[in-house]
Amino acid sequence: MADDAPGTNPNLRPPAVLPPVVRELFDRFGEANLVYQASKDDCPTVWVPLELRDAVLVYLKHHIPRPYKMLLDFHAVDERMRRHRHGLPPSDFTLFYHLLSIDRNSDVRIKVALIGEYPIVKSITNIWANANWYERETWDLFGIKFEGHPNLQRILLPRYWKGHPLRKEYPARATEFDPYLLTAGRQDEEQNALMFNPEEWGMKRSEKDHDYMFLNLGPNHPSAHGAFRIVLQLDGEEIVDCVPDIGYHHRGAEKMAERQSWHTFIPYTDRIDYLGGVMNNLPYVLAVERLAGIKVPARVETIRVMMVEFFRITSHLLFLGTFIQDVGAMTPIFFMFTDRQKAYDVIEAICGFRMHPAWFRIGGVAHDLPQGWDRKVKEFLDWFPKRLDEYQRAALDNSILRNRTINVAQYNAAEAVEWGITGPGLRATGVDYDLRKKRPYSGYENFEFNVPLGKNGDAYDRALVRIDEMRESCKIIRQCLTHMPAGPYKADHPLTCPPPKERTLKDIETLITHFLGVSWGPVMPANESCQLIEATKGINSYYLTSDGSTMSYRTRIRTPSFAHLQQIPYVIKGAMIPDLIMMLATIDFVMADVDR
Amino acid sequence: MTALIEFLTAPAIVAIIVEVLKGLAILFGMVIVAALLIWIERRLLGLWQDRYGPNRVGPFGSLQVVADMVKIFFKEDWIPPFVDKPTFIMAPMIAMGTLMLAFMLIPITPTWGVAPDLSIGILFFFAIAGLEVYAVMLGGWSSNSKYSLLGGLRSAAQMVSYEVFMGIALMGVVMLTGSFKLSDIVAYQIEHGWFIVSQFFGFCTFSLAAIAVVHRHPFDLPEAEQELAAGYHTEYSGMKFGMFMVAEYVGVVLVSALLVTLFFGGWHGPGVEQTPWLALPYFVFKTLFFVLIFILLRAALPRPRYDQVMAGGWKFCLPLAVINMLVTGAFVLSNP
Repeated sequence: MADDAPGTNPNLRPPAVLPPVVRELFDRFGEANLVYQASKDDCPTVWVPLELRDAVLVYLKHHIPRPYKMLLDFHAVDERMRRHRHGLPPSDFTLFYHLLSIDRNSDVRIKVALIGEYPIVKSITNIWANANWYERETWDLFGIKFEGHPNLQRILLPRYWKGHPLRKEYPARATEFDPYLLTAGRQDEEQNALMFNPEEWGMKRSEKDHDYMFLNLGPNHPSAHGAFRIVLQLDGEEIVDCVPDIGYHHRGAEKMAERQSWHTFIPYTDRIDYLGGVMNNLPYVLAVERLAGIKVPARVETIRVMMVEFFRITSHLLFLGTFIQDVGAMTPIFFMFTDRQKAYDVIEAICGFRMHPAWFRIGGVAHDLPQGWDRKVKEFLDWFPKRLDEYQRAALDNSILRNRTINVAQYNAAEAVEWGITGPGLRATGVDYDLRKKRPYSGYENFEFNVPLGKNGDAYDRALVRIDEMRESCKIIRQCLTHMPAGPYKADHPLTCPPPKERTLKDIETLITHFLGVSWGPVMPANESCQLIEATKGINSYYLTSDGSTMSYRTRIRTPSFAHLQQIPYVIKGAMIPDLIMMLATIDFVMADVDR
Repeated sequence: MTALIEFLTAPAIVAIIVEVLKGLAILFGMVIVAALLIWIERRLLGLWQDRYGPNRVGPFGSLQVVADMVKIFFKEDWIPPFVDKPTFIMAPMIAMGTLMLAFMLIPITPTWGVAPDLSIGILFFFAIAGLEVYAVMLGGWSSNSKYSLLGGLRSAAQMVSYEVFMGIALMGVVMLTGSFKLSDIVAYQIEHGWFIVSQFFGFCTFSLAAIAVVHRHPFDLPEAEQELAAGYHTEYSGMKFGMFMVAEYVGVVLVSALLVTLFFGGWHGPGVEQTPWLALPYFVFKTLFFVLIFILLRAALPRPRYDQVMAGGWKFCLPLAVINMLVTGAFVLSNP
């Protein structure tokens, strides 16, 4: 636990002026009860004793002026091995609640210290319905129990799993385990663990005069968009209730982050939202750069924005194609794949790779733009927007498609916020909240673009919002094309990785820094930082905790799809199977983004 | 021996043998056309979808069907252990058999056709269409799989509701002709012009119903891939799946041929009286036109929701067909 005196690290010393929310919390709950922690991000962090937790959360959600309505993220940290805690309250496991207020356009992070090997705390599902899955995941990965939770089961790992992988004593490498052996007995056991038991979820198998049918949709189903399973309780074709089941795509990305250097984790981020490519690199490198205190040159920011918008287009194009295919029209997806190829040609010319370029670096990008990049980008910009208009006329104006999607899988703004819905799914309800506008990062403040909004919050609006977003992305890329700043493609900073090599053979200090940077990897100063970005599917964030080492102490990846899937039963109850398919299609999730 | 030869060469017997051979020729011709359609559809979809489609086997890939046939015939004829075996085997046979049977009604040319003069012509087609429901329903039910069952349920509901007005849609044609015989209907059109003009609404509702009954896209809800995996034939494989598949294409050919016969003058066209051999190309090209329309529909349209299909049938098509019937009836009564 804490091994140095409070306040030795100037980074962690509270600033003179407290953020307003901290002042409000101090006034309400007494300064003596709370501890304010300064971190490298803009998110005020307040430690709250467990007894006060519920009161604080309820106050923040309901009673504070301009409340924090959205539970954006909630997870835990195993603090038992953490060095450089700098006077933070003693804790074995820390729960953190990341709340977001759309009215204030700001966040607050509430931390609760827990003592003991396997702590038991009360559930907050009565305050936020969407705490449900987060608590299950925290139980699954840390072994922290939540009393009063409706059904505290493992969520990412199979039920027969032993141990809680994100605990520090749990091994991180395959070589530390016995070889995996699948015997017939074990196969039966594993398959039995997948059997669905309606009573466990509070469902009835039958009513007085009829039985329900339980339909297992997925994990292999044409419209499940990956290994996603949802068990439906059906009355005819009407969905009475349903239980989404995730975890089939879980690879332990957060655990891997604890065994990879800051630099070598970048390729893993590409695989989180595997359609997002470098979009995933962005929040990670931005968060690391905050830790390191790196300010990147304008050229780097602009290159990043351009590539990220290319990936927004390719991701949305795949959405559009599969969405229209899920409505039953088989043709458009082939055209969208053609367009994606064109976009990937540009991406490949610039990054050298197509789907998972892993091209951003701490403090820059991997290479400078190649010669002639502007011609390729321009070709794409001349080709693409016309096609988009055609798709809208041919597919989205089709009356069958409109009948299938308008007023289907609908939720309003308040429900979206309650369930932590972000991205196009939130904007389709009319909430004007796009982080690129509201909290510009990586130089988005320099660009002119609109934030497309819907009003009904139905499947159709979600599709329209995404189509318009592609148009806006084209606008942004065109601005990048015409205004690409000159300058270096890497920041001149000791923690830039890999460090600039030009001067290494000229002076010894640079050589040593370079050698350490590429052999150990950079050592990030002990602190915490979090970066939220507007990713392809919603708000994606990386919350990094460094304890002054070459590796991250804890990497929390908040993915939008996780929250979106949790909302399905709430929205889809009473609808029909084809409506569920529309909901799944317009959520636009990939399971890697859910399970990490 | 001579007696036997004499018997076999007697004019009546020769006529029967010729008729049987003609019937067989029509049957095989139709099956081959239906099989070729699989290739034609895939190539056309490829053309419309910016890709090639099958182009490896034979000229332009036209022997793809043969390759598929060889593969499907040699595939293990596997029956899942949990199915109701007799019904499971029967369903694809019904699917293919009934639709092929209905083909005998079509007068392909004035002289070719198995039973174009059947006095209950159209009624027989309705009966066949009614039987067709059993193929899908039994297939879905006997599979003992939930997806198949839902597919079977959907098809039963869909076919029953579309058959209601399919009959009514054709009543205008029957009233004007005064006969259920398909050959009479063609003859009437030769005299009075094609029914597409006078029975336009009958044509609209009948073609919708016909697509629904052979459950082609956009009315392919019983096998809606995006919702029910493969629907009623999820558990089928090998030749039994192949029979469902061919049945679908036989259905497309049948419905196209019926549309041509009922509304577009059948084999008739300018110059047929002088050069009778033109009848066959006329019929073939007219039928092919509708087949292509079916394929284009599949390429172009999304699929409505199951309840929307039902609502469309009961609330829109049925009233339209009834009004069409009443107006035609009034016309026939006032012009005796």
